[in-house]
Amino acid sequence: MGSLDFKSEIPKEHEDELVVKYNSRIGAFLFVIYVAAYAGFMALSSFFPERMGGEILFGLNLSVSYGFFLIVLALVLAVIYMKLCKKTGNGGQQS
Amino acid sequence: MIHSSSPVAIIIFLAFISVVLGISFYLGAKAKSSKGYFTAGGTIHWAVNGIAFAGDYLSAASFLGICGMIAFFGYDGFLYSIGYLAGWIVALFIIAEPLKRLGRYTFADALDNKFNSRSIKLTAAISTLVVSIFYLIPQMVGAGALVQPLLGFPHYVGVIIVGLVVITIVVTAGMVSTTWVQFIKGSLLVCLCFVITIMILNRGISTEPKKSDGTPVKIFKHDLSSAEVIPLPGDAQRELIPPSEGWVDKPYVRILDKTSGEVSVWRKEEGDKYFETQTMVAYKDGRKMANGKPHGKGEGQGDLSPVGYAYALPGGVKETGPLGPLSFIQTMQSSNVILWGSDKIMEQDGTATTVYYQRPSPGSDFMTPGSSPTFKKVRSKKLTDKLDFLSLMLALFCGTASLPHILIRYYTVKDQISARKSTVVGIAAIGFFYVLTLFLGLGAMTSGTMDVSDSNMAAPLLARSFNELLFSIISAVAFTTVLGTVSGLIMAASGAVAHDIMSNYLKIDMDDFQKVRSAKFASIAVGLLAIILGILFAKMNVNFLVGWAFNIAASSNLPALVMLLFWSKTTKEGISSAILVGMLSSLSWILLSAQAYKDVYGIDPAMAIVPFSQPAIVTIPLGFLVLIVVSLFTQKKPQTI
Repeated sequence: MGSLDFKSEIPKEHEDELVVKYNSRIGAFLFVIYVAAYAGFMALSSFFPERMGGEILFGLNLSVSYGFFLIVLALVLAVIYMKLCKKTGNGGQQS
Repeated sequence: MIHSSSPVAIIIFLAFISVVLGISFYLGAKAKSSKGYFTAGGTIHWAVNGIAFAGDYLSAASFLGICGMIAFFGYDGFLYSIGYLAGWIVALFIIAEPLKRLGRYTFADALDNKFNSRSIKLTAAISTLVVSIFYLIPQMVGAGALVQPLLGFPHYVGVIIVGLVVITIVVTAGMVSTTWVQFIKGSLLVCLCFVITIMILNRGISTEPKKSDGTPVKIFKHDLSSAEVIPLPGDAQRELIPPSEGWVDKPYVRILDKTSGEVSVWRKEEGDKYFETQTMVAYKDGRKMANGKPHGKGEGQGDLSPVGYAYALPGGVKETGPLGPLSFIQTMQSSNVILWGSDKIMEQDGTATTVYYQRPSPGSDFMTPGSSPTFKKVRSKKLTDKLDFLSLMLALFCGTASLPHILIRYYTVKDQISARKSTVVGIAAIGFFYVLTLFLGLGAMTSGTMDVSDSNMAAPLLARSFNELLFSIISAVAFTTVLGTVSGLIMAASGAVAHDIMSNYLKIDMDDFQKVRSAKFASIAVGLLAIILGILFAKMNVNFLVGWAFNIAASSNLPALVMLLFWSKTTKEGISSAILVGMLSSLSWILLSAQAYKDVYGIDPAMAIVPFSQPAIVTIPLGFLVLIVVSLFTQKKPQTI
């Protein structure tokens, strides 16, 4: 760790404003989907806790099923986002 | 409980420490520039960074805290898993790419990109320091909890060891080595937990579990009638001790064995049923008695017994045999398990008796939200009682994307696409781990090896229920996980001091040597502070402490980050005010909460000033509100020509 040059320049990434805007919109849309699912879980757990014990899927109760669903949904949405996003600097092709 | 160490455990532990330090010295020598030191030169591959995210994030809280909470209370611990993972959605969809676009070395860089404001630099740096320190405490507590059974050292020795090793890592190396250490331990942790999950499923659930050496686990007496427990007047062997002082109006009876002089305590439940308890008596002179005997492992001494078994399984069987993942959870939902609660009884001479009592609990109860003291109010009918739960879930959701040591990891990859891809890899690894936590926690609950006095030990002791080697390996991996997370936090804190405060805010003119030295001094100071706090907070569940860190991070950093990105009228004054108000309000709220009264100050929690312990539901909106109001009042007037 010879030098700590805080002023050194970092090469700036080339950005296409349209691509950035497109990706942000996709991100915001998927974010809203997840927020809705997460809010549903919070609401059910808070206001209808007795419902969380009922069996729903494969003999699992609602609390476990919904918990697993939220974890899997996060991954699924993340993969969808990666597929839909466009890459900056290649003419707006998908990454 | 007193845990014994083994030579194998010590050898594996030392081997892991040596490898971690070796990596740090080797790679640290390559980090020659500030860019190399703070951000690994932006050269880390996205896949490596993604797993390093997991290594950084899956800390003592995730591994020890969540598993411990599930093992002690059931599903409520899994709520943390859900919340921690959900937070990554905010990171991926909202924060990752803009942060990579705007920032350079630290979180303050991104916030200050548009304004070049000294107040933003200062407030963001202070916020980074506060959040890092709050996040450091549970990591240090977890390290102490691990070293205790592994090496046989007291808790504080574990905290000091981890503190000194981490200070060495950070002072000698930078982000390159931290990343690779986190990558290796992240991979190892997820893989090992997967292996243990398979072993849990293969073993199934039993009402009479055995230890790894084949000896049966002690089954505590339960459902006895008063005639079987309470001696009659004139009994030559036993005598009922009349309730006095703290024992009055408590559901316990104390029986004195006249021959041995030992006192046994029984808990009276509904239907006049009596359940055997365990006790730890601490006298004012420092002596301790465990289950009626002087505390120790020697001749004539006693210790708390390991616990954790099913009380009744579906179909009345004694053991299920191997189970699939779904049938394992189905079986737990339909079983009754003996969980354990605790009660502290004080006497006038200063003697404190902790009674650990059996809580026969049906799966229909502990596999739904609200079975733990933390979340029990979620089952209340009052709206205000539910706010604690809602507030914590909000903090977990918003907190991940506001943690400084996670945010700086976005600067270690070359571009925005890599930032996005590494987040997706991180979500996959972390999500998989969090699914496993439910199996690990429930497996520990029925492993027969749990320590009633320490929930943080559930996961390593679960491994010990299979064999000593697995216990040694998982403890060593968990310990290196703590090292990696703590290194990341100290990196973030030293960056805030050296880069944000000294160089950018105070504009101290330093040559390279002085800059390096100040970064190292900052690391040493934060490391020493972490050691002290880790010792002071030794008895708190690490998961709860992390919840506080998330609250502070989300309240101070998220409103500023989000509004900077999405509201064009945001001003520098608005950002500084939001950080300051969010941080101070959440910190004050936490310090005035019932949980702090009980666990930090040791006073009656009913005297707490604030109505619930988790502040996020109030302080995050407050941060947004302050930012909007201050920004509207500090808009630049249009220039007239």
